[in-house]
Amino acid sequence: MSDSAASRDGYGHALISMSEDPKLVVLEADLGKSTKSCWFREKFPERTISCGIGEQNMMLVAAGLASSGYKPFASTFAIFTERAFEQVRNGIARPNLPVHICGSHGGTHTGTDGSSAQSIEDLAIYRALPNMTVMHPCDDYSTQQLTMKLLNHDSPSYTRTARNKTPRIYELNDSRLEIGKGVLLKPGSDVAIIACGVMVSKSIEAAEKLSEMGIDAAVVDMHTLKPLDESLVYELASKCKGIVTVEDHSVIGGLGGAVAEYLSESKPTILRRVGVRDRFGESGQAEEMLQLLNISTKDIIKSALDIVKME
Amino acid sequence: MGLSRLNGLSDDELVEELKEISRKCRVEIIKMVYRAQAGHPGGSLSEIDLLTALYAINMNVNPNDPKWDDRDRFVLSKGHASPGMYSILAEMGFITHEDLESYRVLGGVCQGHVDMKHTPGVDFSAGSLGMGLSFGLGCSFAAKFDGSPRNCYVMLGDGEIQEGAVWEAMMAARHHELGNLKVILDCNRIQNDDFVESQMRMFNIPEKWSSFGWNVKEIDGHDMHQIIEGMRWFDENNNLPSVLIANTVKGKGVSYMENNPKFHGAAPNEEQYSKALLELGEAI
Repeated sequence: MSDSAASRDGYGHALISMSEDPKLVVLEADLGKSTKSCWFREKFPERTISCGIGEQNMMLVAAGLASSGYKPFASTFAIFTERAFEQVRNGIARPNLPVHICGSHGGTHTGTDGSSAQSIEDLAIYRALPNMTVMHPCDDYSTQQLTMKLLNHDSPSYTRTARNKTPRIYELNDSRLEIGKGVLLKPGSDVAIIACGVMVSKSIEAAEKLSEMGIDAAVVDMHTLKPLDESLVYELASKCKGIVTVEDHSVIGGLGGAVAEYLSESKPTILRRVGVRDRFGESGQAEEMLQLLNISTKDIIKSALDIVKME
Repeated sequence: MGLSRLNGLSDDELVEELKEISRKCRVEIIKMVYRAQAGHPGGSLSEIDLLTALYAINMNVNPNDPKWDDRDRFVLSKGHASPGMYSILAEMGFITHEDLESYRVLGGVCQGHVDMKHTPGVDFSAGSLGMGLSFGLGCSFAAKFDGSPRNCYVMLGDGEIQEGAVWEAMMAARHHELGNLKVILDCNRIQNDDFVESQMRMFNIPEKWSSFGWNVKEIDGHDMHQIIEGMRWFDENNNLPSVLIANTVKGKGVSYMENNPKFHGAAPNEEQYSKALLELGEAI
């Protein structure tokens, strides 16, 4: 964990790594420099489509390409994918066309641009769509690897990446990474912390501090929110006293929502959700945002302690 | 291309053949909507002369192999006008005339709005307005990448182009110079609530498309000679995207439906049904 990088870089590297597939097409909406699709454009301009500042058009151009056998990867800010939500719903998810959408700059961690750019609901809205796979990897290497696995994924997907650098969790080409399978980064038997995206490194940090207090916390990188790795959640719920979910996203409908939905029906378990509590963010540095919204390392620790101390 | 049995006819003979196909399609449209007691007869009747000519003259498709990679694509963006499309697909042999009875019926081949997952010959799942042109753009890109001569035809409605995303697609099509993208604009002057003029005035539509850099041609969308000329014009213009602006009459062919906003999305009752078939020269 000595290095750090932004997960959006992983998306950019993945596109180049997949370039040998002649059916790969990359679509941009004037934010290629931000999402890192610009690296692909520099090398393969003939297979990069500029859609200008027009996300609604971009999503459906991608759908048309997919219907003709191409493998379109379209990116913009997470928040602006939402502008084209109905295009994604009706034009991509409904006909189950394998269009792969990457929403970068997701979450409040995006920082000083302020609340208009901080998507806190993207994971929830895409989770609600039939046929969609929804991912939020935690570092550049896992983003790269999981994005590359989408090349032969025959249904649509949404992947959220982050703007700012966070600690690297994985080695390149980690064999544990599979779409739909959470990764147990640290085993533990007292409490289980299930996190995604930028909050994974914070969760590891929290587990280390809990360990100093004599509490054995498991940490899982749940990079895929849909389909949820239910068997892993079940296993953790069986072994530990309770579960803490952690995300830079609303507690409504995201990772916390997904885990709560599963547990309440299949294995009722004590649950604490660390996430954005039904409010918008504001301008601030990434770390300041996590503090402001009570989703920092100390909030993870507090939730874990709540569970452990319960009678 | 098109219907091979029409090859070699003089233009006058072709016009008569196409008129007869359209008439039969109109009868099917009325029957579908009457049976379902729901649906959109007005826009189906306004578009059908255009669809008939498009399929009979231009479309390079194979009903026995509806997913053939190099087929021309057709995107009915105004997907509510599905009875029109189903009637021509049945005429072409993509679906059977019995399939038309499944319109709006659970498990049916003919969904309320055209759906590529249910109906052979349907290339795009429409139903939400303003989406088909962008999808067609994607199909046109794919043809270009493949080095294929196939075209993508898109039909839009004049109410539909109030959706802003259509204009995003218009810009993008010209920017990328997709000459294999051909649009038919069915200007029937009526949308769901009322006349287009009362809901959102568009002023000079041909001028607007022209200013976006498209090839533009305006025709009477029920004059079969002009329609044939328009379809041939598509073939002659492959440098830039082209739009054929067709002035049509909503509900064309059934007197009480013509220019009547009520029949944008309403079915005829029994008495009206008989009258419609009579007017269309069909014995009950």
